Amino acid sequence: MTAPVLRVVGLAASIGSQPVIERIDLEVPAGQVTAILGRNGAGKTSTIKAILGLIARTGTVELAGERIDGLPTHRIVQRGVGYVPEDREVFGSLTVSENLRLAERDTTPRRELVAELFPDIVSRGSQRAGTLSGGQQQMVSLARALLNDNRILLVDEPTKGLAPKLVTEVASALERAAAVVPILLVEQNLHVARRLAAHVVVIESGRTVHSGPAAEFFDDEDRVARLLGVHGEAAR
Amino acid sequence: MSTVILLLVTGLGLGALYFLVASGLSLIYGLMGVLNFAHGSFLTLAAFLGWETARALGADSWGSLAAALAVGALTGAIFAAGTEFLLIRRLYNRHIEQVLVTVGLALATVALFDGIWGTDPQFIRGPQWLAETTLLLDARIPNNRFLLIAVAALVLVAIVLFLRFTRYGLIIRAGVENRSMVTALGIDVRRAFTVVFAIGGAAAGIGGVLASHYFGYVSPQLGGSLLIFAFIVTVIGGLGSLPGAALASVLVAVLQQFANFYLGGTGDLMVVLLLAVVLLVRPSGLFGRKS
Repeated sequence: MTAPVLRVVGLAASIGSQPVIERIDLEVPAGQVTAILGRNGAGKTSTIKAILGLIARTGTVELAGERIDGLPTHRIVQRGVGYVPEDREVFGSLTVSENLRLAERDTTPRRELVAELFPDIVSRGSQRAGTLSGGQQQMVSLARALLNDNRILLVDEPTKGLAPKLVTEVASALERAAAVVPILLVEQNLHVARRLAAHVVVIESGRTVHSGPAAEFFDDEDRVARLLGVHGEAAR
Repeated sequence: MSTVILLLVTGLGLGALYFLVASGLSLIYGLMGVLNFAHGSFLTLAAFLGWETARALGADSWGSLAAALAVGALTGAIFAAGTEFLLIRRLYNRHIEQVLVTVGLALATVALFDGIWGTDPQFIRGPQWLAETTLLLDARIPNNRFLLIAVAALVLVAIVLFLRFTRYGLIIRAGVENRSMVTALGIDVRRAFTVVFAIGGAAAGIGGVLASHYFGYVSPQLGGSLLIFAFIVTVIGGLGSLPGAALASVLVAVLQQFANFYLGGTGDLMVVLLLAVVLLVRPSGLFGRKS
């Protein structure tokens, strides 16, 4: 068995004096999508932010066997961690081209891949990102992460607030992206999670309560209902 | 009519000075959230060293004025970058401590300048043309106003070009909008902080040299007296907005001149009232982003 790309052990984090996650353990295998699932407020987004060092945290985070939990955020990203944040966080006053140019770290950014995956976005290069629709902003956010040769992508709620057609488009783009880079995906939409993920990690009250193959998890309707508070059919 | 023209051009000249100080303040606050009360000290030191340079070279020549401006810009940039690197960098997101450190630095440097150059103003000289006037629509305009306006316009254009066409400019514009996301793209935003401090310091340094020609003297209190209006301009224009700082500088300075002349010396009062109105009607300033 190959070593995981990302390994998290005993991760805890707080915002101010308020603990937001207490003990997260997870592994992201190479070449796969691993989905973090959980109810609202369980600590999914905080887990992603803690891995990146965007919030104060303790615990071990290893990227390809090397500890990164002592590094500042920009150094973690430079080691090959791409980030697609919840709510896109594109720079609204910059053009689409400027958003993409800002994200380019590699000497040979993968512009062809981005142009192939998001032709609509590339054609809107001179448009201010703040004037794009939510779905288009999500594409910009994904494109920023895919421009570089990352070891892993951390993708937080990419389909949140999108129309059904756009959800399908984003899921397809993620599927294509997963062919070139492993993804740790936070996703509330269980259809999307089931379609993309090979492995799931379930978080409850800031703790990992389940980890295992996605198919096995989604087939166990009782467990889905107990851990996520939804009927198993929601993931069909 | 000639009085109106004179007040208008004088207001534009004073606005140019305010802009040179406020542009740095605005960018520094916009990117880093730092209220830099030491900004006036950058200006004052640059004014003194600029004057020393001009005096050493013969204060009456254009060459010495150009050298003074260059020394002023360099002094402001180095002092500001050093302040960021040595003092502010350790205090990001600790706003109370930032205020205490920058206020402390401002007070300490004024005392230092008092010790070096004395408390009395030092009257300065420059090229003869600056002391003369030009007839413009029946108004006799002191020539130094034209120099102030031209230099401030050049500085504005230079900063705009820098922000638009360089990698650091791109980082700064993005950082003003969302600093943590810039970091999450793998960019060490602290370098951009130092660059912004250096740019702001350079503009203040140029402002210091020009302020000494506008007022005719340089003194340890020069920076502090301009800083309060620069802060007002920064707030009215919108924290972090360069165009806002430029427009507000002109508005404030012209209002000040007209109110001083027509309303019995109430220029400062009118500026404060304008600030109050803007804060009530549009708290984020003319060009500021709503939080």
